[in-house]
Order: sequence, then C-alpha cells, then structure tokens
Amino acid sequence: MLPWTIYSSFVGVVMLMLLPREQARAARVVALFTALIGLVCALAGALQVQAGSSVAELCRLEWIPSLGIDYHLAADGISLTLVVLTGIAAVAGILFSWNIEHRAKEFFAFYLALIGGVYGVFLSFDLFLLFVFYELAIIPKYFLIAIWGSTRKEYGAMKLALYSFVGSAMVLIGLIAAYVVAGAKTMNLVELASYPFPASFQYWAFPLVFVGFAILAGLWPFHTWAPTGHVAAPTAASMLLAGVVMKLGAYGALRVAMTLFPLGLKAWQIPFGFLAVTGIVYGAMVALVQSDFKFVIGYSSVSHMGFVLLGLMTINEVGLSGAVLQMFSHGVIAGLLFGVVGRMVYDRTHTRELAALQRMNLSQAIPYAAVTFLVASVASMGLPGFSGFVAELQVLIGAWHAFPTFGILAGVGILVGVAYMLRTLQKSFFADRAPGGQQHGHSLESISVAERVGAALLMGTSLVIGLYPRLLLDLIVPSFHSPLFDGLRKGAGL
Amino acid sequence: MKLEIIPWIILFLPMLAAAGITLFTLKSRDQSARLSIGAIVLGFVLSVFFIAVNGWGPLKMESVASWLEVGPLQVDFGLRLDPLSLLMLLIVTGVGGAIHIYSYGYMHDDPGAPRYFAGLSLFTFSMLGIVLANNFLQMFIFWELVGLSSYLLIGFWFERPSAADASKKAFLTNRLGDFGFLLGILLIWDTFGALNFSAIQVELIRNPQALGALATVVGLLVFCGAMGKSAQFPLHVWLPDAMEGPTPVSALIHAATMVAAGVYMLCRVFFLLDASGSNALEVIAWIGGITALLAALIAVQQNDIKRILAYSTLSQLGYMVLAVGVASPTPAMYHLTTHAFFKALLFLGAGSVIHALHHEQDIWKMGALKNKMPVTFWTFLLATLALCGVPPLSGFFSKDEIIAAALNPEHGSVWLFLLTVGVALLTTFYMARLVLVAFFGSAKSHEAGHAHESPKVMTVPLLALALPSAAGGFLGIAHLYGKQLGQAHADYHVLAMAVSVGAVIFSFAFAWGLYWNAERDPLPEKIGALARAMRDRFYFDELYEATVIKLQEIAAAMADWFDQWIIAGLAVRGIHGTTELFGRALRLVQTGNLQTYAFLFVLSVALLLFFVL
Repeated sequence: MLPWTIYSSFVGVVMLMLLPREQARAARVVALFTALIGLVCALAGALQVQAGSSVAELCRLEWIPSLGIDYHLAADGISLTLVVLTGIAAVAGILFSWNIEHRAKEFFAFYLALIGGVYGVFLSFDLFLLFVFYELAIIPKYFLIAIWGSTRKEYGAMKLALYSFVGSAMVLIGLIAAYVVAGAKTMNLVELASYPFPASFQYWAFPLVFVGFAILAGLWPFHTWAPTGHVAAPTAASMLLAGVVMKLGAYGALRVAMTLFPLGLKAWQIPFGFLAVTGIVYGAMVALVQSDFKFVIGYSSVSHMGFVLLGLMTINEVGLSGAVLQMFSHGVIAGLLFGVVGRMVYDRTHTRELAALQRMNLSQAIPYAAVTFLVASVASMGLPGFSGFVAELQVLIGAWHAFPTFGILAGVGILVGVAYMLRTLQKSFFADRAPGGQQHGHSLESISVAERVGAALLMGTSLVIGLYPRLLLDLIVPSFHSPLFDGLRKGAGL
Repeated sequence: MKLEIIPWIILFLPMLAAAGITLFTLKSRDQSARLSIGAIVLGFVLSVFFIAVNGWGPLKMESVASWLEVGPLQVDFGLRLDPLSLLMLLIVTGVGGAIHIYSYGYMHDDPGAPRYFAGLSLFTFSMLGIVLANNFLQMFIFWELVGLSSYLLIGFWFERPSAADASKKAFLTNRLGDFGFLLGILLIWDTFGALNFSAIQVELIRNPQALGALATVVGLLVFCGAMGKSAQFPLHVWLPDAMEGPTPVSALIHAATMVAAGVYMLCRVFFLLDASGSNALEVIAWIGGITALLAALIAVQQNDIKRILAYSTLSQLGYMVLAVGVASPTPAMYHLTTHAFFKALLFLGAGSVIHALHHEQDIWKMGALKNKMPVTFWTFLLATLALCGVPPLSGFFSKDEIIAAALNPEHGSVWLFLLTVGVALLTTFYMARLVLVAFFGSAKSHEAGHAHESPKVMTVPLLALALPSAAGGFLGIAHLYGKQLGQAHADYHVLAMAVSVGAVIFSFAFAWGLYWNAERDPLPEKIGALARAMRDRFYFDELYEATVIKLQEIAAAMADWFDQWIIAGLAVRGIHGTTELFGRALRLVQTGNLQTYAFLFVLSVALLLFFVL
C-alpha cells in the first residue's frame, strides 16, 4: 500500500501532462484526486504496517548491483508519521490553490512531482535512492516559485535552489566518503548504520552531512533562504515548503547523519544544540519586528524548526520523539498559517503589509479567515489542545535533561513566540476600526468551500493530535528501539 | 449509571457547550445563552447531587486514561475528588452559574453575545479542569487554557485598542509566570519521576529530603505560576487592565475564579511548599503582603468603579497568598471562598450601575443611586460590609482567620500582622469612599439622575449571591477545608477580631468625614505627591515600559538588523559577490573577439616558453 503514495503521485504527473492546456479545472480535479489517493494510501499504510520496534520492509529490488545499490523501500514509525503528514499537507495545499488559473496543469504537475519525491525520501532505506528522491523533490520547488511566485520570485527561487544544492553537495560528499570508508559495497541504511565508522572520520563526516541536511530545516545561520523563499513562493508552495520540505532536512539529519555517525553526534551535540536554540530565540525575535505578514510566519518557521533540531540534539527518547512530533505538528500548523496569509488574505487584498491590513477591518470582511487565523495562532503559540504543545513540551523536557540552559532559552523563545503571534493577530485581523479607514467589507470575495475544507482539515489534525498525542507517539516512540538506532544507543547513549 | 461518571460530565458539559456554540449557534443569541447557561447550571445541580450522595470524603478515583507515554514520561488524565476540589467545584459552578445568568441580561444588546457565551463556557471548562486535575501536567494544560479564554474574553471588544492591548498584556504576563511554573514542573518530574499529586506527596512523606537543596527553588518556581494567575507583585499589572472586558467577565474571571486559581494551586501543592529545607513560604508570605498593601494603597485614589474593585481584588488575593505563606492554607481557601461570593456580587453590582448609567464608570459622575437602584444598592452595601469584615458577615470570619494566622509565632511575625491590619484599614477606607460617592450625595451627572434599576435577570443573581455573602461564616466551610488542609491555629482570634472590628470603625469614620456629600476628592490636596503616586499606580506600568519592553524591542530590532545586514548581507551576499566577481573576470576573457584570443594565445605561449626555457 505505502509505495503507492509515490507511484500514484507520479502517475498523476503523467496524467496532467496529457491534459489539454486550457483545462484548469480538470487539472485541479486530477491533482486533488491524486493527492487524496496518496493520503488514503498513507493512512491505510500507517494502520496496516505494524512497524513497532522494527523496520517494516516494503519493497527491495536490485538496482545497480555492482555498487550495491538497491531500490529499497521500508518504513518505521517515523516514516509513517511523516508520510501521513505529507498526505495531509498535499491535499490541503491543493485545496488552497483551487484558484490557480495561470498554467494550472504545469503547476499541479510540478506540485505532484514534489510530493512524489517527498514520499520517496520518507520511505527510502537505501541512501542512494533517498538522495535521488531528495533531489527530485527540490527541483520542482524552484519552478513553482520562479514561475508562480510573487515578490522577488527569481531571487527567492535562486536563493532556495543554491542553498539546497550546496546542502546536497555536502550530503553527497559525506555519503560517498561513508560508502568508501565502510568498504562494504552497500548503500543500505540499516547496514551502514551498524558499521562502526572510526571516530576520527565521524568527527568531520557528521557535521558535513548533518549541516547538509539541516540547511533545509532552517538551521541557524543557514536559514536565510527560508523567509525569502516562503515569501516569494505561491501559497501552495509555501505551504509545502514549510509543511514538508523543511521536514526533509530534519528527517535526513536524523535518519542519516545521526544514525550513521553517533560518535560524531556526541562530539557535536553542544555546538549544534546551541545553533538550534539560537534559531529558536533569534527567529522569534526577528519575527517580532517584521512588517510583512508572510515574513512573520516565515521567521516563525525558523523558530519552530529550531525546536525540531534542538529535540534531535537532546539524544534522549523524550526529546527525539518530541522532535519528530514537532515535525508533524509544525508541518500542519505552518501549512495552515501560510494558507491563511497567502490564499485567504493576500489573494484578496493584494497586500501583505500589516500596516495596510490593519485598516481593512478584515475580521468583519472575512470572518472565517479571522477565526482560522486565531486558531492557527493559538496552535502556533503552543497552547494545549493543539499538537504543538505536546511536541514543544517534550523537546523542553528532553533539553532540560541534556542541557538545562538551552532548555530555559528555548522557553524564552516560546514567550517571544506568544508576543509576535499576538502582535500579528491584532494587526492583521483584530485591529481597531480606524476612522476613515478603508471599508473592504463588501468588496472582498468570501472564503470558498475549498479553503474552508482545507483549513478544517489542518485545524482538525492539529487538534486531534493535541488532544490525544498517543495516536502518533505510539508510532514514533517504538521506532527508536529498532536496530537502526542501535548505533545511536551504543555510541551516543540514547 | 455509576456515580464516578458524574464529575466527568460536570467537567465536559461546558466544553460541549462551547463547541456547540462555535459550530452551530453563532447566529443565535438565545440558543447560545441557553447552551452555555444550561451547561453550568446543570453542572451545579450535578455537583450538589454528587456531594449529597457521595459525601465529601475522598473518593479514590484517579488516573483513568493514559494520555502521554514516552519512555519515562507518563502522564495520566484523571480527576481528583476531595473536600478541596469539591468545594471549588461548587464555587465555580455556583457563582459562575449566577454570573452566566446575569450575563444574559448584561450582554442582551451586544451583537457578539454568542461569541461571548462560547468564551464563557470555554473558561468554565478550563477552570473546572484546574480544579479537578490530579497531576501537575494536566493542571498546567488547563492553566494555559484558562489564560487563553481570559485573553479571548478581555479582548472581547477587540475593536477598542485599550481592550486589545489589555488582553495582550494579560496573556503575556500570565505566560511569563507560567514559564516559571513549567520549569518548576520539569524540576519536580526530574526529582520524583512522577507528576501525580498524591504520588509526590507519598514520596515526600517517605523521604522528606527528596528535594534536597532544590526545595526552595522548586517552591518558588511553582509559585511563579500563582504569581501570574493570581496577579501578585511584580506580575500584578495585568489585572487592573483586564477590566476592559465586559463586567460579568471581570466578576467571574478576574474576581471569583481564575485569579483564585493561583491560590487554589498553592493549597493543592502545599505539601511541596512546606517541604523540609524549603524557605519558599517566607518569600510567598511577603510577596502576598506587599501585593495586599500596594494594591490597597492604589485603590484609594482610583476613580473608575471597576478599577477600584480590581485593586481591591488584588489586595485580597495578596491576603490569601500571605495566608498560604504563613502555613495556613485553610484560612486562605476560606477567604477565597467568601471572597468569591462577595467580590462577584460587588462586580455584578458595579455592572448593574454601569449598565444603568450607559457605560459610565467614573464614581465622580454617579451619586444618589441609593433610592433609584434599591436592589443593587442594598446588595452592594452588604457585599461591601462583608469585604470590610463587619461581623457577622462572611468576610469577617475568613479575614479574621488570616489576621490571626499572621500572628502565629511559627511562621508569622509582628510585621506581617501589622501589614494585614494596615490593609484592613485601607480596605474599609476605599470601599466606604466608593459607596459614599457613588450611591449617596447628589447625582453628579445627567445619567446618574435618570438611572433605573436593572432588569430581573440581573437583580436575581445579585440576591442569590447576597445570601452566601452574608451567611458564609456559618456554613462550616472552614471546617471542611480544615479536614484536608489542617485546622487553623486557634490562638489570637480574639485579638484579631478586636483589631479588625476596630479598623472598620476607625476607617469608616475617617472616610465619612472626607467623602460624605463630597463633590470631588479632597485627598490629593491633603497628601499631594503620595496621592498622585497612588493614582498613577506607583508607576509600575511606566517602569516596565521603560525597561522590559524597551529591552525586548531593542533586542528584536538588533536581531532583525543582524539578519538583514550580517547574515543575508555580508555572509550570503559576500559569497555571492565573490562568485560573481570571479564569473565576471572570466567573462572578460570570453569576448568573442578574435584579436583578443590571438593576443592571449601569444601571451600564453610567450609565458610558457619563458618558464620552460
């Protein structure tokens, strides 16, 4: 069932290619249908595959035997969690881009190719295959931004592409080095993870691969692609960018860098923990003074992804599972926030300047958007009832054990997070009705059904996980007991 | 049906009401009100029924569902039922119910009424969650939800900038306190490996030194949470501003229940504050005392009827915290209970006045309301007397116990005792000023001259609250709390009574002299600068504005500057620039001009030859 998440996405791409050019509506329907199939496969897979504390094999074929490279798909609880996230984000993104008319068929083709690549990364247990899917996911990203984006789109797209490729190059060098050093002629993740790489090799290979991946997760100070990229991207693309693409980076950092090089991880734990916590506080601080609505959310993503990275650096069960839960949670909440900003607000008002929105009396004009943004803000601030609370709490607890100072600093980051969200909430939707201000109440088109469904899907997901986090945690937590993490347990004392 | 299910129903009814209103009845004021009021009144009835059948005795009923299970971190979702939580259950649903009904009248003409009732129900749910929680994390979860619903309700009229700012301030200040609380919880979990209250208590009895050197730190961090919610100095600044919310909200949340949550929490985990080796109680007592005095002083020079009551609330909360600090949780809870009755009554009375005067809140524009609004006046007067501690009203008994506790030699001191007496003097003074100016004398504005009594839906809750405000001292409340928290010290009661009654008489005479038939406040002329400082709230807001907020603004601006110019500018552009320069240099070579190529070719050959030969 699960591999079909990948295949169906690419089948969708082919079908879209075959569609006549003018059929924007048909393109949308095909895309939505494909994404729904992906989501159903992901959910069914998550229920069907009882990974428990092992890695469930899905498919393994020889690909390049002379190099020991296989077409090897498998899944554990971490993969399942992120595959489900991808399914949800994909459907929501399409619902939020229901108004795309300009070259709709190409838009959705790139979109589905991206999704297919992301599914592929999460299910690959062969490092070469993983890398191929990883690249496959990044390329459509560039076109989505460069063609359908706004505000300095070429700049944003180019910056994103350059950062991604630098990161990929670092990862590739690290992987080849690991392949050569291990000398076992295999790219199998589990086998490589059990190989005891010499400590002196790990000390430089770990930061290389970790940073290579973490660039895409918004690791400070390599985060600057994120805000500009988010702002330049069209709504659906920024939803995917924050929702799943940033998770590719965090996933790779955990799945590859940390499992392969536990000794290197141990040696670099404090420095990278420091970078992560810097990202949390710094992202929140910068978000506090942004005047562009989307930049606020962009920097908030940097801050929240800092929690993922900090959780990874705790190297304990509570922190690590918190990091994975935070990947899911941030994927849903950031998707929702970008959906509101990009589709519900910007597509209607054609401005993202908070100062301009302040005069538009938006809570009256588009009340559904106001409520959605209120809920999304509450979720983003990490209030209980929503997924972010549990995830960030776990990271805090984990960090408290590993490095109490960073734990406290991360808590300060949460406080600043409340400040910038409240500020934005007030300025964007709930500002005072300034006398003589524009009355946009009548001219704005009301929120469409597609947007409502998309928003409800994301809000509901965050709420359900927030109310009963064990739904996901029971998948995630046992994964850390699988053979894949043996090295991490022995080498870094997980 | 099993009896155990009833508390669960009581807890979740308001949540269902809130969800129902948000999803279905946002268009209908009446249906929303019915859902919200129905949920809480039914909750009250069920609470009474449950206690009648089950009694107050602790029912072993905890930990029914595992909520979180990550390795060593295990959190259950369960309810804890003992006299402490059952009595609070009655207060929240009872006082809350009266305020819900009153709200129906007060918010009758507001188009946002359904949203208002949804918020009120969400609040009730969160508050009941705090009351019934059986472990720290669950309490923290509802703790945060209470903060959220308070934010939504203070900012109910969000189109007023003052209301929006007040809600922001309340939320942020609360989160600041909660941050400390959370750190305390993390430390506790680290030490005990458990979060359940009774598990920790058992462990502490088994090993009194379990916390070791951290005992004081843990106690103070937990107290941070109470400092935020119960608005203790120096986090007290949010509560007066919170009066921007609708008046029934002020009554329910910012007088009777939410702000009491901090005190309730302190009593719930009193065993932890009192752990051996901990000096937390001493700090708590003084913070409470300072808050009580400071707020009472400020209240003397406020003119907004709701602000006077808000500072009075602060001051009374300080009393309760002080009581906890002198190791007397029973008097603290006792005063919390009676205060919930008469302070809710005072706020609702104030609301009735404000309603009648078309949203006029300045007491110097009221006057002569005694005969025009008889029900409001008499209930207000009764609540005032209860607050001042006039026997035999409820406040007299509970306040007396606190004053007596401050004298107990083990934890109290003469200084704390004098503080409580000073606060008692001030309390009678500012309340007498309020009543004399607002209800007696001549009508000082057009609205005051044409005021009418409020409708029945508003006056009946006033009467309902007047009953326990008056008779609260004879209901055996203290005895019930005492069963769980230990009886109050029996010494010094006579002295405390004498002092507090003396304070009332003295202060009232003084206020009578100044404010009987006064047209404006004579006090500023008499004490000058001090009166100004009191009126301006001792400049705490200005102080925070100039320090904390400025600092944070500067830090944020610096981070932004750094991001734009150093990281994106220098680092990224720098690399970009170098690459581009290199590219340009290479491009110069690619001119497409044959002569250039020829020249380069010859030059290279020449250089090559030069090196080779």
